[in-house]
Amino acid sequence: MTHIAIADQPEEELHEPSSFVTKYIWSQDHKVIAIQYSITAIFVGLVALVLSGLMRLQLGFPDSFSFIDPSAYLQFVTMHGMIMVIYLLTALFLGGFGNYLIPLMIGARDMVFPYLNMLSYWVYLLAVIVLMASFFVPGGPTGAGWTLYPPQAILEGTPGAGGGILLMLISLAIFIVAFTMGGLNYVTTVLQARTKGMTLMRMPLSVWGIFIATILGLLAFPALLVSAIMMLLDMTVGTSFFMPAIVSLGEQLDYSGGSPILFQHLFWFFGHPEVYIVALPAFGIVSDVLSVHARKNIFGYRMMVWAIVIIGGLSFIVWAHHMYVSGMNPYFGFFFATTTLIIAVPTALKVYNWVLTLWRGNIHLTTAMLFAIGFIFTFTHGGLTGLFLGNVVIDLPLSDTYFVVAHFHMVMGVSPIMVLFAAIYHWFPKITGKHLHTGLGKAHFWVTFLGTYAIYLPMHYLGFLGVPRRYYAMGSTEFVPDSAQDLNASITVSALIVGVAQLIFIYNVIRSLRKGEKAESNPWGAASLEWQTPDTPPKHGNWGPALPVVYRWAYDYSVPTAKQDFIPQNMSEEEVERVDDSETSSTEGGEDVKNIGDEPVGDNP
Amino acid sequence: MKIFRTLSEKPWIPHPAGSEFLAKNYQKEIFIGRTALRFFISVVSVIFFLFTITFLTRSQFPDFQALAGEPWQPLSDASHLWLNTGALLISSIALHWAHVSARKNQLNGAIASVMIGAFFALLFLLGQILVWKQLIELGYYVASNPANSYFYLYTSVHGLHLLGGLFALAYVTLQLMKKNSLVTFSSSVRLCAVYWHFLLILWLFLFALLTSSTDTINIIAQLCGF
Repeated sequence: MTHIAIADQPEEELHEPSSFVTKYIWSQDHKVIAIQYSITAIFVGLVALVLSGLMRLQLGFPDSFSFIDPSAYLQFVTMHGMIMVIYLLTALFLGGFGNYLIPLMIGARDMVFPYLNMLSYWVYLLAVIVLMASFFVPGGPTGAGWTLYPPQAILEGTPGAGGGILLMLISLAIFIVAFTMGGLNYVTTVLQARTKGMTLMRMPLSVWGIFIATILGLLAFPALLVSAIMMLLDMTVGTSFFMPAIVSLGEQLDYSGGSPILFQHLFWFFGHPEVYIVALPAFGIVSDVLSVHARKNIFGYRMMVWAIVIIGGLSFIVWAHHMYVSGMNPYFGFFFATTTLIIAVPTALKVYNWVLTLWRGNIHLTTAMLFAIGFIFTFTHGGLTGLFLGNVVIDLPLSDTYFVVAHFHMVMGVSPIMVLFAAIYHWFPKITGKHLHTGLGKAHFWVTFLGTYAIYLPMHYLGFLGVPRRYYAMGSTEFVPDSAQDLNASITVSALIVGVAQLIFIYNVIRSLRKGEKAESNPWGAASLEWQTPDTPPKHGNWGPALPVVYRWAYDYSVPTAKQDFIPQNMSEEEVERVDDSETSSTEGGEDVKNIGDEPVGDNP
Repeated sequence: MKIFRTLSEKPWIPHPAGSEFLAKNYQKEIFIGRTALRFFISVVSVIFFLFTITFLTRSQFPDFQALAGEPWQPLSDASHLWLNTGALLISSIALHWAHVSARKNQLNGAIASVMIGAFFALLFLLGQILVWKQLIELGYYVASNPANSYFYLYTSVHGLHLLGGLFALAYVTLQLMKKNSLVTFSSSVRLCAVYWHFLLILWLFLFALLTSSTDTINIIAQLCGF
């Protein structure tokens, strides 16, 4: 073997940590950074969860809570949305799982730029701190809606129009810097640090999803950065990039000629790819979880990769479907409706492939698998309502109603969260060396899964009734029947139950860390590389003295002639134990070893 | 196209073509740096591309007055900007020369070129600030017209990127002092040189855009469909 991987080259320093501080705080180890990212993201996610509970309290039981005034309500809406989309989902999928999984899954010792990786986390933490600080400035955080549309976002009268929006924009800019540092690391690591034998098409789909999502992030976040910088200038030095001539509170302001629509285009040029920055890692991870726990190779691996790439490309030309009501040229709307519906094709293909992976599989209903299957349901529902909203004529009446709220929560709120939980339950034994408690996990799943339906199904109906979103109170609205209020109350009760149910998960994590059942190195019998590390949890450098060599793809499950029901990626053809010829002929589908990938495999031999 | 060949591999067949994967070109620091730099340059290009899109859109509103075109407009005489461009050009060439000298194992030449490169880059930044001062003295403030706003915005964002590059260059030079390895230095300074060339081309583009007359901008905007 003439191959010398980077980590084995003598000049490579492995940044072996020597003290507690370098090991757990200023760590350059991708696994520690991943955990730091995850804990921070989950923490802000909990803040956003509480905010959503407060919003629901107001909507379900209006006028019962004196501390929620209209301004506070708008601030809760805004911060809930922004935190969940950017500071939780993006950070947890890419900063958390991306960091943990990429080097382990491609057989590297670490990210290619460990120092930059560490910097990425600390800059992200700074962004979070700046964002949280906005809760404590005079006027509170911004209440402009997570889309931050000018001119209202920076005008007097909008909650948090002073310090709140300023800190929000600064925090976003800092976040983007952090993301760019991390993102450059992830793509370079995937492209340049794969171990011997790990071709691109042998990578697990998790890595593909994270890789393409990172590229999307690198190309889409600049749009948010550009809009944040220009809005900051409009706000602080009085330029008129986005601000039209405007009278505010009876006073003519100094602005003139700017274009608020321009901001909307920029924002959604970021905002739509952002959906896929969150969704693609989820697609990848759920594929792996389904395949492992159904003991079958993923159906149509190549198609899955192509779909990820095509969805990534298409996601840049659909942004204006968020802007049908902005008064755009009808032909423009027609174009974007068409591209939006086209993107449903590769997406539907993925859903079919997940279902076909389960088809005749040997399904183990572990907690991770339950969440993964739950994802197929919630994602399909959210996706189907997306087909409605993608059409201009249907979107116009439904725009800014609860139908939209239900749609995007199903498709990019609940679904990625389902995958996140699947991923946590799936990889927790590898990350910590302990098993999560199965009973608590299943309780957590069922309450969350059924609860989300109790929350979001009625919202579709509210949307058809015409209940507008973002309203603090309905007032006397004749077209909305009184029963809508009962529905709202029931949604609130469900939401609170689901919110509280997340404590089961947190308890489960803490309990398992302390006295959980010890996990062996490969409890699910998974074939991908991260389960083949010499230590569990993996030590610094991941692979001990020598890097693994990859001989196959990551989905050799239930191979007909093999004795074990999975073949690890780093097992060469000679090492695989085969069943005897006499047994082979009696095994279904055993004659043709070459076709293993194409054959649906029955129950475990 | 290599990408299509890669994407059409069939990994489930036991010995696909890709199994010959030998990490020959991979996993060397130079390739890692090059890949990362390519992505970084893409990110910066997207940022300026988007700025330009907004510039062209904004230019179609009636209050937009380009900074050049008529003789009384400040950038009609762009001699200062030409001087700055010259400084950036020299800086870019010097960094390229630093790479060439390091490859030829000429330590003194490499150090001298890096110093010249850094000096002229700083000179460029100083020159840009002087142009700002000039504009302010003439009463062209940042908020008085969108064209002015864009001038300050473009030049400052471009300048910040150059400043970042200078920090990278300082780091690379310090590494040379520490490790005394001209081979590493040669490949690192090459990345700096590529980044400098990129910033030079970017600046030439911005220079052309910012000193265009209203008519020219209108034509570009119409060609782009605004």
